[in-house]
Amino acid sequence: MASVSIMSSNGYHPLSRTVLWTTAGLSAAVSVGIFVILGIGGTTHTFNIVGAVVVAALLNVVVSYVLSRIIEGRRKAKDRLMTGLVTTAFLVALLPLISLVYTAVSNGLPRFDSTFFNASMRNIVGEGGGGLHAIIGTLLITGAATVISVPIGLMTAIYLVEYGRGRLARAITFFVDVMTGIPSIVAGLFAFALFAIFLGPGIRFGIGGAVALSVLMIPVVVRSTEEMLKLVPNELREASFALGVPKWLTIVKVVLPTSIAGIITGVMLSISRIIGETAPLLIIAGLSTSMNYDLFSDRMATLPVFVYTQYANQGSDAQAYLDRAWTGALVLILIVMVLNLGARLISRFLSPKGLR
Amino acid sequence: MISSDQVRAPKRRGDFLFSTTALVAGIAILVVLAAVAIFLLAESLPAFLADPAEISADGSGFWGLVGPLVFGTIWAAALALLIALPLSLGIALFISHIAPRRLAQGLGYVIDLLAAVPSVVFGLWGITVLAPAVQPFFVWLVDNLGWIPFFAGPVSGTGRTVLTVAIVLAVMILPIITALSREIFLQTPRLHEEAALALGATRWEMIQMAVLPFGRPGIISATMLGLGRALGETMAVAMVLSPSVIISFALLQSQNPTTIAANIALNFPEAHGIGVNVLIGTGLILFVITLIVNMLARVVINRRKAFSGAN
Repeated sequence: MASVSIMSSNGYHPLSRTVLWTTAGLSAAVSVGIFVILGIGGTTHTFNIVGAVVVAALLNVVVSYVLSRIIEGRRKAKDRLMTGLVTTAFLVALLPLISLVYTAVSNGLPRFDSTFFNASMRNIVGEGGGGLHAIIGTLLITGAATVISVPIGLMTAIYLVEYGRGRLARAITFFVDVMTGIPSIVAGLFAFALFAIFLGPGIRFGIGGAVALSVLMIPVVVRSTEEMLKLVPNELREASFALGVPKWLTIVKVVLPTSIAGIITGVMLSISRIIGETAPLLIIAGLSTSMNYDLFSDRMATLPVFVYTQYANQGSDAQAYLDRAWTGALVLILIVMVLNLGARLISRFLSPKGLR
Repeated sequence: MISSDQVRAPKRRGDFLFSTTALVAGIAILVVLAAVAIFLLAESLPAFLADPAEISADGSGFWGLVGPLVFGTIWAAALALLIALPLSLGIALFISHIAPRRLAQGLGYVIDLLAAVPSVVFGLWGITVLAPAVQPFFVWLVDNLGWIPFFAGPVSGTGRTVLTVAIVLAVMILPIITALSREIFLQTPRLHEEAALALGATRWEMIQMAVLPFGRPGIISATMLGLGRALGETMAVAMVLSPSVIISFALLQSQNPTTIAANIALNFPEAHGIGVNVLIGTGLILFVITLIVNMLARVVINRRKAFSGAN
């Protein structure tokens, strides 16, 4: 907008900031007005915030396009139109996120009490009860999946970055990428098929869930670790070799410590990705209403499956079941958010200086 | 990392053990992927070989059952993609080229948060918030645009239709398409952009001339990865859709084609005998479909890496 005085001598008058903000303000006012009238008229029951925001944004885009078209010309108008649409796309994408977080918090808080974290669902029919058995199950199964996935993922990444050359390495990279796209339910079916063949049909136990989750987790660990190992400067490796340190010690003592922050971040992000998986656990871990600390025998409840079954099999007192489902969902969201934030903090504060 | 033919380091046992372990881990991944295919195939063979009358009452057998499911899977995923693609490209452009530089990273993180929400929570949200919210809109669509086959009535009273599912799926695949295309857009050579601007292009013309052509292969593969995610998404579909095994293009009715994944999730806990094998068989088909989609996407990405010459 600073170029007004230079350009105006050629007959080019860009829209000033004031005009644009006025347009936006007027659009918002008109849109709110429309929805208030609709509300009074009885077409909508309550004031529709989502509708008002979307209509306001679109109105603003259209009005500023027309203004710009008249005053600034066709090309500048198209630029404004597309900028407006792209910004609207971003706002539209925020709506479900806000709505989801708001719903989860407002519906989840009523049962976000000490009973929920101290009780299982054993012998509970109506109100009361909690998700302790599911939380323990989720921690155990996710923990087991991490114990399986991290060594395999880490060593594979080391192979790909430090050793792998040629066709095998390329094949592994390719199939790791492909593996990230395996649907979670297929992973669950795989774990079921694997154990059903050896242990008989109808098998349900926790470690099966861990195996299924590992199939989903390994490729994520490999990818993130690989990226981190690639960031380690070659000079560090060369310096170590020059001092006569064997290659494997160079990797263990130089490469891994340098990239450890990034690796931990990657592992935490991959845990946050699998901790909310429902479908594979529904298939192979099943559901129980009681505590089960043994990964190797009997059905084991997990938080996502708990949420699903509380919703799907509502008893006579439906509200109690729905409340528990939402509280479970809220706990799940909180766990995932904490993992995500923690991962980002670690990568910010632990990473060695000079790498980022 | 160093290749030197003159000086060879002495062979050490530690080196040998370590590199072998790494190699074994790498091969283990290939083995796992092969095992997924083999065990699924082994457990679904009985379904392929069984007498058609055993599987379904009308005697159409496994393939008669799997046809509508495959249709439903692809139909729901395609609808989701149709909604998600323009939105995510817009968001990616907004973050990479339009939002103020200082905000861009934070905004990207906000979108990534969507990817972190577990699918069962999306399902819960879809059924309790989204379906009731869009149902009046569906009624309006059927009343006013019912002559278009897609919007044919009678309208679903609950809003649990394939269109609602597609919206939920779109929200779920939006972050992955956004994240990938954002990365690609940010890689556009600075010189291309500045050249376009220097020739007098507006910002949108610059995006059209420099950013989008450069990012096209990236957009294609991001789309396919999003499609792969949508094809395999289970819980959101299982919870939101009111399912039936039919082939229908109507978007707003209470009879909707269900997807392979949702069908497995809903029926597996109670399945027994040959039913289990049939469900695993459909899972194998889903595995093959997503494998093909993902492999195509990766091939496109990898080819671009080799030939773009810009990065």
